Amino acid sequence: MPDGIISLYDLPVGRSGVVSSIHADGLTRRRMMDLGLVPGTMVHALRHSPAGDPKAFKIRGAVIAFRREEAEKVLVEMREERD
Amino acid sequence: MGLTYRSSGFGTNRTDFFRGSSTKADFVVALAGNPNTGKSTVFNALTGLKQHTGNWPGKTVLRAEGRYIYRGMVFKLVDLPGTYSLLAGSVEEQVAKDFLCFGKPDATVVVVDATCLERNLNLALQVLEITPRVVICVNLVDEARRKKIHLDIKSLAEELGVPAVATAARDGHGLDRLVSAVADVASGRIRTSPCVVRYSGAIEEAVLKIEPRIRELVGSEFSSRWLALRLLDGDRAVISAVNRWLAREEKAGRVTGGEILA
Repeated sequence: MPDGIISLYDLPVGRSGVVSSIHADGLTRRRMMDLGLVPGTMVHALRHSPAGDPKAFKIRGAVIAFRREEAEKVLVEMREERD
Repeated sequence: MGLTYRSSGFGTNRTDFFRGSSTKADFVVALAGNPNTGKSTVFNALTGLKQHTGNWPGKTVLRAEGRYIYRGMVFKLVDLPGTYSLLAGSVEEQVAKDFLCFGKPDATVVVVDATCLERNLNLALQVLEITPRVVICVNLVDEARRKKIHLDIKSLAEELGVPAVATAARDGHGLDRLVSAVADVASGRIRTSPCVVRYSGAIEEAVLKIEPRIRELVGSEFSSRWLALRLLDGDRAVISAVNRWLAREEKAGRVTGGEILA
């Protein structure tokens, strides 16, 4: 089965994905790229807050939280295996 | 991060061309880095001051200044707020960017976190675009060792084209080599050859077109390549800062021609 492309927000906790595209623009886009979130970057979903928003992700060795509206603008290709 | 002018007040960044207090210093050294890499710890270790250190973002919104003496020369150290970037436009980034560009420090120390080097190098490369006089301070090497991270400082320095020094500022480890590298870079004893990030063809072409005109305007005072890139980026804050700088130069009686078209 090919890996599906989903939004970062939908990446289940414990799973990893590789960023395929970023659909945010302006300062949000700039900020994401400054944090190392560029196409090809491996992202691991760590946990969510009780309400499911924000969610925390491990990106290049740092834990970063995104609100739903931000995480939905990042598309990732989910990796099959758990790590 | 993400502090805005509204949350910090309009007065915080009024003094962007301000090079510092009245007391004399032979060299001005800026201290830049990501948040929480130990910039303030380095600052305190060098100056002997007790500026507040703490583990939360936005602690150093304004610049802190201190002084130290090395080889009989007075170095003024300016602790800039921690930022991941110089481009996204929060107050901290404005302060850091304006000082690096318009404050024209004689040397800039970029403090990077040895445990998270990859992400920290983004800022290091951005600083290298503004000024070639940079020393990379790879801090927290003690923590990196604990996490079994191996660091090749020599290769890092070669790749970036500027001196790099490993430090554990909390224990004072490596600071002697840091001040010596800073003195060499600030006094011009070491000539750095910083690595330049090349962008895609269209961007480089556009830079090639506008850079000579920018150089005519600002001379060799600032990195014309960096200003060209910011203009292409549509960075209004930089455009207005340059306009203010040019206005100030005119007031001071210097001849400047043309105007910046954005």
